[in-house]
Amino acid sequence: MDTTPRAVTRLIEEFHRLPGIGPKTAQRLTFYLLRAPKEQAQALSEALAHLKERITTCAICANIAEENPCAICRDDGRDRSIVCIVEEPLDVLAIERTREYHGLYHVLHGAISPVEGIGPDDLKVDELLQRIKHNPGIMELVLATNPNVEGEATAMYLERLIKPLGIRMTRLARGLPMGGDLEYADEITLTRALEGRREV
Amino acid sequence: MARERLYRLEAIVLKRSDIGEADRLLTLLTPARGKLRVIAKGARKPSSRKSGHVELFTRIALLLAQGKQLDIITQADTLDTRQTLRANLDRIGYAYYLAELVDQFAAEENENLALFELLDHALTWLGDAATNPILLARFFELHLLTHVGYRPQLFVCENCGKPVEPIENYFSITTGGVLDPNCVATQREHIEGRARDAQTLSLNALKALRYLQTRSWDTVRAVRLSAATHAEIETLLYRYIAHHLERNLKSVEFLRELRQPSVMAERESR
Repeated sequence: MDTTPRAVTRLIEEFHRLPGIGPKTAQRLTFYLLRAPKEQAQALSEALAHLKERITTCAICANIAEENPCAICRDDGRDRSIVCIVEEPLDVLAIERTREYHGLYHVLHGAISPVEGIGPDDLKVDELLQRIKHNPGIMELVLATNPNVEGEATAMYLERLIKPLGIRMTRLARGLPMGGDLEYADEITLTRALEGRREV
Repeated sequence: MARERLYRLEAIVLKRSDIGEADRLLTLLTPARGKLRVIAKGARKPSSRKSGHVELFTRIALLLAQGKQLDIITQADTLDTRQTLRANLDRIGYAYYLAELVDQFAAEENENLALFELLDHALTWLGDAATNPILLARFFELHLLTHVGYRPQLFVCENCGKPVEPIENYFSITTGGVLDPNCVATQREHIEGRARDAQTLSLNALKALRYLQTRSWDTVRAVRLSAATHAEIETLLYRYIAHHLERNLKSVEFLRELRQPSVMAERESR
């Protein structure tokens, strides 16, 4: 007979459903919370509840946000003539951390990957086209999809689709990463780094 | 004989997915061990020494360490980046299709040098601007089927074994080859379901299939097929492949979208 209280087994099961968490980790987390101060468990449950209640998708840029439109799309200080196209909401965070970009974003929520059955219809491509159509002020699109085959295919697909509309399209530069080692760089990265070399 | 803890391998990357914090799970095609799944630790970090080398469709030289379940890449070096291929969206679409076909048909831990060479050459040809990718796809399908043991019989009737006459014949997906009109007409009921799915196969299509199946790419590359003949063999091979895989290929959908300019126009006007 199972003597573990129902509340405990239930939490273990819920943890176990999360990616990367096995049965033992689920048990450890549960028993940690059981012994932790009440406030900590409450803070966790609140955070979880707010995640689904308060987070929505911005109707303009498709980024995750607490309000609709999101804080970036509402910010009057930002350059509305330039839109940066990224694969995931996390990419917006990464670009924002640089403090170098002051335009708007568009989040595709993925990249074209025929082998996984992800085509243009599964991404926010139609939303992007509509956005361009209704905002003649957009002068430039920055293609900031990942520099791998899927990201490149997505960028090329968007280029083919949008270039005829006469909007300037740019692609993030590709080259050597900081902290990298020249001898370990692959040929494509090195070729691009040479092409994009700068006067010092 | 037990394998060494560290070993060398040449491979082509067929599929790639994210796993763990910054790792990638790669599906490779190798000459000596067939299809193989390995882990590239930290390959999603920008400063990774491997990330650029373990891209899709590249041919790479690897040093692998035996792991408990999956082996782990310790060093990677590119042998062929397929640079021209990766600069063209349509060709990327076809490369995905070839890679998916191989991923579906190749067996793990099963030596298949011919299949490796076929894929390696096909990806190189695909990067050549002079190559007709549609013709290459059909050539690849027929040769792949030969290398994995599903070669369609195009020369003798699957039922009576007589050489096929140069007239309109039949093709049966479930039987795996050509049936002559005589066998189909007289024995449709008797060949235990064999001829039930038989469909007509035009003489031109039969000739094209035979040519693609038996010649080398150097001979085939200059062939021009009429739209009707191509459509016939494309549909036939598509159904033949779907029958043996018992599923449809995902990358075909994307190819269709790329091939129809109307789809792009329609999207724009939406």
